[in-house]
Amino acid sequence: MPGKLKVKIVAGRHLPVMDRASDLTDAFVEVKFGNTTFKTDVYPKSLNPQWNSEWFKFEVDDEDLQDEPLQITVLDHDTYSANDAIGKVYIDIDPLLYSEAATVISGWFPIYDTIHGIRGEINVVVKVDLFNDLNRFRQSSCGVKFFCTTSIPKCYRAVVIHGFVEELVVNEDPEYQWIDRIRTPRASNEARQRLISLMSGELQRKIGLKVLEMRGNAVVGYLQCFDLEGESGLVVRAIGTVCTLDKISNTAFLPACNSPSKEMKEIPFNEDPNPNTHSSGPSTPLKNQTYSFSPSKSYSRQSSSSDTDLSLTPKTGMGSGSAGKEGGPFKALLRQQTQTALEQREFPFFTLTAFPPGFLVHVGGVVSARSVKLLDRIHNPDEPETRDAWWAEIRQEIKSHAKALGCHAVVGYSESTSICEEVCILSASGTAAVLNPRFLQDGTMEGCLEQRLEETSPPGCGFCHIPYDELNMPFPAHLIYCYNCRKQKVPDVLFTTIDLPAEAMVIGKGCLIQARLCRLKKKAQAEANATSISNLLPFMEYEVHTQLMNKLKLKGMNALFGLRIQITVGENMLMGLASATGVYLTALPTPGGIQIAGKTPNDGAYEQHVSHMQKKINDTIAKNKELYEINPPEIPEEIIGSPFPEPRQRSRLLRSQSESSDEVMELDLSHGKKDAFVLEIDDTDAMEDVHSLLTDVPPPPGFYSCNTEIMPGINNWTSDIQMFTSVRVSRLSNINLTNQTLNKNFNDLCENLLKSLYFKLRSMIPCCLCHVNFTVALPEDEVIQVTVTAVAITFDKHQALQTSRVPVEKTLQRASTDNEEQLQFPLELCSDPLVSQPFSPAKEVLENASSHTGVPAAQRATSVDYSSFADRCNSWIELIKLKAQTIRRGSNKTTASLDKASPLAEGHLRHRSVPSCTNSTVSVVKMTPLSFIPGAKITKYLGIINMFFIRETTSLREEGGVSGFLHAFIAEVFAMVRAHVAALGGNAVVSYIMKQCVFMENPNKNQAQCLINVSGDAVIVVRESELEMVPVQPSTAVSQPASAGDVTT
Amino acid sequence: MTNDLDIFVGNTTLIDEEVYQLWLDGYSVSDAVSLRLRSGILEQTGATVDVLQSDTMDHYRTFHMLERLLHTPSKLIHQLHFQIPPSRQAMLIERYYAFDEAFVREVLGKKLSKGTKKDLDDVSSKTGITLKSCRRQFDNFKRVFKVVEEMRGSLVENIQQHFLLSDRLARDYAAIVFFANSRFETGKKKLQFLTFEDFAYCAEQMIQNWTLGAVDSNVDDMDVDLDKEFLQELKELKVLIADKDLLDLHKSLVCTSLRGKISVYNEMEANFKNLSRALVNMASKLIHTKDVRDFFIDLVEKFIEPCKSDKWTLNDVRLFLTQYTTSAHTLDAFRHQALWDRYMSTIKSCLLKMYHD
Repeated sequence: MPGKLKVKIVAGRHLPVMDRASDLTDAFVEVKFGNTTFKTDVYPKSLNPQWNSEWFKFEVDDEDLQDEPLQITVLDHDTYSANDAIGKVYIDIDPLLYSEAATVISGWFPIYDTIHGIRGEINVVVKVDLFNDLNRFRQSSCGVKFFCTTSIPKCYRAVVIHGFVEELVVNEDPEYQWIDRIRTPRASNEARQRLISLMSGELQRKIGLKVLEMRGNAVVGYLQCFDLEGESGLVVRAIGTVCTLDKISNTAFLPACNSPSKEMKEIPFNEDPNPNTHSSGPSTPLKNQTYSFSPSKSYSRQSSSSDTDLSLTPKTGMGSGSAGKEGGPFKALLRQQTQTALEQREFPFFTLTAFPPGFLVHVGGVVSARSVKLLDRIHNPDEPETRDAWWAEIRQEIKSHAKALGCHAVVGYSESTSICEEVCILSASGTAAVLNPRFLQDGTMEGCLEQRLEETSPPGCGFCHIPYDELNMPFPAHLIYCYNCRKQKVPDVLFTTIDLPAEAMVIGKGCLIQARLCRLKKKAQAEANATSISNLLPFMEYEVHTQLMNKLKLKGMNALFGLRIQITVGENMLMGLASATGVYLTALPTPGGIQIAGKTPNDGAYEQHVSHMQKKINDTIAKNKELYEINPPEIPEEIIGSPFPEPRQRSRLLRSQSESSDEVMELDLSHGKKDAFVLEIDDTDAMEDVHSLLTDVPPPPGFYSCNTEIMPGINNWTSDIQMFTSVRVSRLSNINLTNQTLNKNFNDLCENLLKSLYFKLRSMIPCCLCHVNFTVALPEDEVIQVTVTAVAITFDKHQALQTSRVPVEKTLQRASTDNEEQLQFPLELCSDPLVSQPFSPAKEVLENASSHTGVPAAQRATSVDYSSFADRCNSWIELIKLKAQTIRRGSNKTTASLDKASPLAEGHLRHRSVPSCTNSTVSVVKMTPLSFIPGAKITKYLGIINMFFIRETTSLREEGGVSGFLHAFIAEVFAMVRAHVAALGGNAVVSYIMKQCVFMENPNKNQAQCLINVSGDAVIVVRESELEMVPVQPSTAVSQPASAGDVTT
Repeated sequence: MTNDLDIFVGNTTLIDEEVYQLWLDGYSVSDAVSLRLRSGILEQTGATVDVLQSDTMDHYRTFHMLERLLHTPSKLIHQLHFQIPPSRQAMLIERYYAFDEAFVREVLGKKLSKGTKKDLDDVSSKTGITLKSCRRQFDNFKRVFKVVEEMRGSLVENIQQHFLLSDRLARDYAAIVFFANSRFETGKKKLQFLTFEDFAYCAEQMIQNWTLGAVDSNVDDMDVDLDKEFLQELKELKVLIADKDLLDLHKSLVCTSLRGKISVYNEMEANFKNLSRALVNMASKLIHTKDVRDFFIDLVEKFIEPCKSDKWTLNDVRLFLTQYTTSAHTLDAFRHQALWDRYMSTIKSCLLKMYHD
C-alpha cells in the first residue's frame, strides 16, 4: 500500500440555482478515486456551501496514483428524484508524486460541466503521503519529472541527456461505443474525459518506467497527443527526451553558476528568458561573463574528475584548426565517437529545441518523413502493434535521412498526425545534427569545458558548418567557406526545426515566414484515397519548400529556425502550412536576390511586365532589409577565398519516393547570374506564385513576429505579456474550387488573422508576437479552421524608437560609423548586448539620451566598468570584443553622462498597478507558450499540466452562435488551467500549448461540440526586481500590468 | 468566403475602453463599427473594416459574457473565468454602474417598477439615450435598490460593499435609492431647473439627519426610510405659527438682527410670516406620505419662488435662514429646540443648494 491520498472539501461558491422554487441549492460532493467514493453531507439551501469535510483518505497503489485522476462531483440533493449533477472537477495528482514539486494542492477550482460550462467554484485540499516502495518489479514510476519545455528547465542542470522515449496506448473511443446510443451527451462526454485522463496517466507512467530503465530521472520536451481515430479507436501517444537533471541549488552554486552569470552569457544570444537580469548585474564580477557554461564548470569542480574524454581533442582541433579538406577524417572520427554514444539507442532523437551550450556541434538540415495509412479497428488495445509499427517505420526513415546528411542524431524532433475519415497522415520531422557526446553519457562530464571552448571554432558559427563530408556529399549542394571563421564550409541556406542556438550570431531582426498551400483532391474511398494523397504529398512538400525559399530570399535572410510543416487532410483537399522564423546568420553567405526569367523573350510587352515585376521584387527585398535591419558588411570576394566560385542558380528539392524531405540542392552549372535565385515564369501558375510572394504584408510598425522562443535582435523585454488563442473558421461556399482560388482564400485567411491580431494588440506596441503557432484543420467539406496561439510581449520602447529612427538616420549614421561597423561586424551582436544587458538601466539611459540629443541610435553603447575588462581577456574572442567595446565607448563618451533618472522612474510607474478593488482574492496566473516569463525568474517547477476538456451544447444560438460558444469555452479552459496552477501554488504556466482544438457544429440541430487539449509546465516565478529582497510570494509576485488591455488613443 | 467563427481569447481579458463605452451606450455592433470608423482609427492603425468589425464583435461578446458578473460585482472580483487586473475590474464596474444625468433626472423618485420600465422608450426618445442603455441604467437602479432596501447600516457603505463602487458613485446611488423609496416628486416642470446633483445633496442631508440611522446608529439602523417618530414630532413645531405672540416675537428677533445686513430687508419683513408659515406647515405635514413626495415642490413653490420674485440673493437667503433658525432658540416659550435644529439644518442646506437659476 504505497500511498495515501487525502482529500478535504472545504467550501463552494457561486453555485448555480438548482431549485427554482427556492432559488437555492442543496449541494453535496462526491469524491472518487479509483473505485472508492466518499460523500460530504448535504449543505442545504445555499449557493455558497461550507462543507468543511473531514479528510477523505484513499489507500492506493502508486500505480493507481499515477493513472487515476481524482474526481470531484458536485451534486444537488433531491429528496424525491435523482440527484442532479452540477459539475465536476478532475484533479491530476501527479505533481504531488515527486518530491521537488508541489506538496499540496489547495484552492478554488471551477466546477465544470460539459453541457453548461463553468458553474461555480469549489475549494479543495489534496495531499499525498507516499511510502517507499522496495519492490524492484514495480509498475509505477513515481518521481520521474515531466516537462513540456523543450529545453533544459531553468533551475535544472542536465547531467546526462539520454535520448528519445516514446509510448502509446490505445482504447476504444466511448463516443463510438454502442452504449453511446442510449446515454446522454453529458455521460458520453464525461466517459471520454475520464478515459483520456486515465490513458494519459497510464501513458505517463509507462514513459516513466522507460525513463527509469534508461537511468534518467526526467522527461524534457514531453509532447503528448491524442489521435481521435473515430470508429477505429482512440490513441494517446507521447514522445520526449530522457534526461538526468540536477537541481541547481542556489546556495551551493551561487558564486559560479547562479543565474546572473549564466544569464549574462545567454542574453546576447537571445535565449535567456530573463532580459532584465540587470538587477543582479552590478554586483556580479565581470569575469563571469566569459564563455564558460557555468553550471557544468562548477560541476566539474565538485565531482572528482576521473576519465576525461580524450576523444574530444581531435574534434576540437577540427573545429578551430583544420580547413575543409582535413575536415573529412576528423569528422569521420567524430562521428565514430558519438556513434558509440548513440548506437545502443534505437532512435537518436531529441525533442529539445534549445540546448546547453556546446551540445550542438553541427546542424545538417531538416529531415522529415510522412506516411499515409488506412485506419483499421484496433483489435487488441493491450497490444497496439500496428500503431507502434507505423511510427517505428517513420522514425527509421528519419534516422536514415539524418545518416545521409552525415548526422548521427536528430534534434527538434516532433511527430504529428492528420486524420480524415479512415485516412491518416503520420508525419515526423526534425533537424539532423551532430552532437557533442559529452552530454550523452554518464561519467563524461569532466570534459573540461572551459578549455575546450577556447579552442573550438568561434562558437557563433560552428553549428552552421556542414556535418557531411564535402567530397562525399549525400547530395549536390552549394558550399562556401564560413563567413565568420572562414575555415569551415557552410551551406548557403540553412533550414532547421530548432530554436536559434544561443551562440548564433545574427544580423538584424528575424521575422515569421509562412508558406501556405492548398491542393484539391478527388473524393475517394479507402485505398484509392490513400494513394491519391500519397501521390500529392511530394508535390506539396516541394511547393511549400519553394515558397519558403522564395519568401526567405525576399526577406533578405538566409536561415529558417523553428520550421514546422503541417499537412492537413480533408475530404476533398490537402492543406499545407509551414511556419518558421527567418534570420540572417552572419556565418552564411548573403542571399542573392530573386531573378525572374520570362519564357517568351521576344514579346516586348511581356518583357516589360517581367522587368516591372523584377523591380518590384528588388524593391521589396531592399525594403525588407531595411525593415529587419539586415545590413551585413560587404566582404570582398577574395577574403572569402571560396575554392568553388561556382555560379549557382536553382535550388531544387529532390524527393525520394518515400517522401523524404531532405534539403537537396541540385547543382546546375549551365545557368546565368551568380547567387541569384531564378524564378521562371512559364505559366500562369508561376505568375500567381510571384504575385502571392508580393502580397504578404509586413506587420505594422512596432510589431514583430516569430514562431521561435524569442526574436533575434530584441532583448529588452518588459514583463507585459499577453498570451492568446484566436480561432477562425471559414466556409468556402460559393467559390469555384480551383487550386488558385483555394490558395488565395487560405492565404487571405491567414493574413487577415494576423492583421486582426496586430490590431487587437496595438496597445502593446512596441511588441513582438513570439511562438506564433498556427494549426489548420479541415473539419468538414469546404470548411477551413485556423487556430493561432501565441504570446505578445512588449519590449522596451527606447529600442523601438531606435528602430523606427533607423531609416531616417541611416545616411547620417553611415557616414559616422562606417569604419566601426567594418571592424565590429561579426561581433556586434554578441559583444554589445553581452555587456549592455546586465547593465540595462544604463543602456536605457543612453538610448534615451541618444534619442534626445539626436546621436545616431546605432552608437548606443554602455557605461560598463572597463577596469575589470582585463580579467576576461583570456581568449581570442574576448580580446576582439574588448576592442569593439573600446571603440564604441569612444564614440559615445559624450552621451554617457546624461540624465539617468527619467527612464527608471518611468519604468517604475509602468509596473505599478492600481489595486482599487482591494478584496480580490484571485491570484494572477500568467500563461505563455515560451519556456520563460520575461522579467521574471522561475524558481520552481510544480509539475506538468495536461488537461482535456469537452464542451457540448444543444442551444448553440442561445449561447451566441459558434463564436459565442467557442469564445466562452476557450476562456473556460484558460480559467481551469489557471485554477489548477494556482492550487499547486504556482503563478505561471510556461511552455503552454493547445495541442488540439477539435470543433464540430451542426447548426440545423442547434448543436456544437468542441474538444480541447492543453498542456504546459506549472511554475513559480519571481519578478526579477523582487528577487533580491522579497521571498517567494506567489500570489503577489506577479502583478498583471494594468496596461494589458489599454487602448491607445 | 465568410468567416463562420472568428474569436480572440486572451489569457488576460482584453478590454477596449472605447468599445466598452459604445457597448454601454447601447449601440449595436454595426453602429459601433461605424462610430469607430468615424474616429479615424483605421487611418491610425492601417487596419481594414473587416478587422474592425471582427474586433468589435469580439469585444461585444466579451462584454456580453461579463455582464452577468457585473450584476453582482463581488462575483466579478472572485470569479476565475476571466483574468482581469483589479484596476480594470474597477473600471468595468464603475462604468457599468455610471448613469446619464439626463436619464436619472427622468427616473429619479419614480417607483422602480415594471410600469416605469415600460415607459423607458419615452425616456429614450426624450433624452436621446438608446433604449438599451436606458434599460441597463434602470436595471442598475433597481438592482441596487433591491439589494440595499432592507439592509441595516449606512446606505452608502452598503452600496459600496455590495457593488464595489467608488465613493462618489455610491453616494449618488444612495440618493437614487432614497428618492425611489420615498418617491419624491422631481419631474414637475417647476423642478426642472434642479440638477441631479442638487437632489443628491438634499438626499444626503436628509439621510444624515432625518432617517432612523441618523439618531441611533446601533438599533434598527435604517438609512432608507425617514424617521417616523421624528415626522410625528414635527407637528409640535406648529406652535411657532399657531401662537401669535411667539410668531411676532420670532419675527422681531429676526428682523432686529438682520437689519442693515440683508439687502432685501423690507421684503423680508413683509414676507416673514408667510415664509415662516410655509416652513413650519411643511414640517407638520411631513407625516403624510403624499406631502413627503411633494417636499421639493413645496420648497420651491412656498419658499424659493417668493424669494426669487423679491430678488433675494443667495446670501440673503443664507442670512435669513441662519437667523430664523437661531432666533427660535431664544424664544423661551418654544421648547422643541433639538427637534427644530434637526428639521431646520436640513431644510437650510437643501434650500441653499436649490437656490439657483
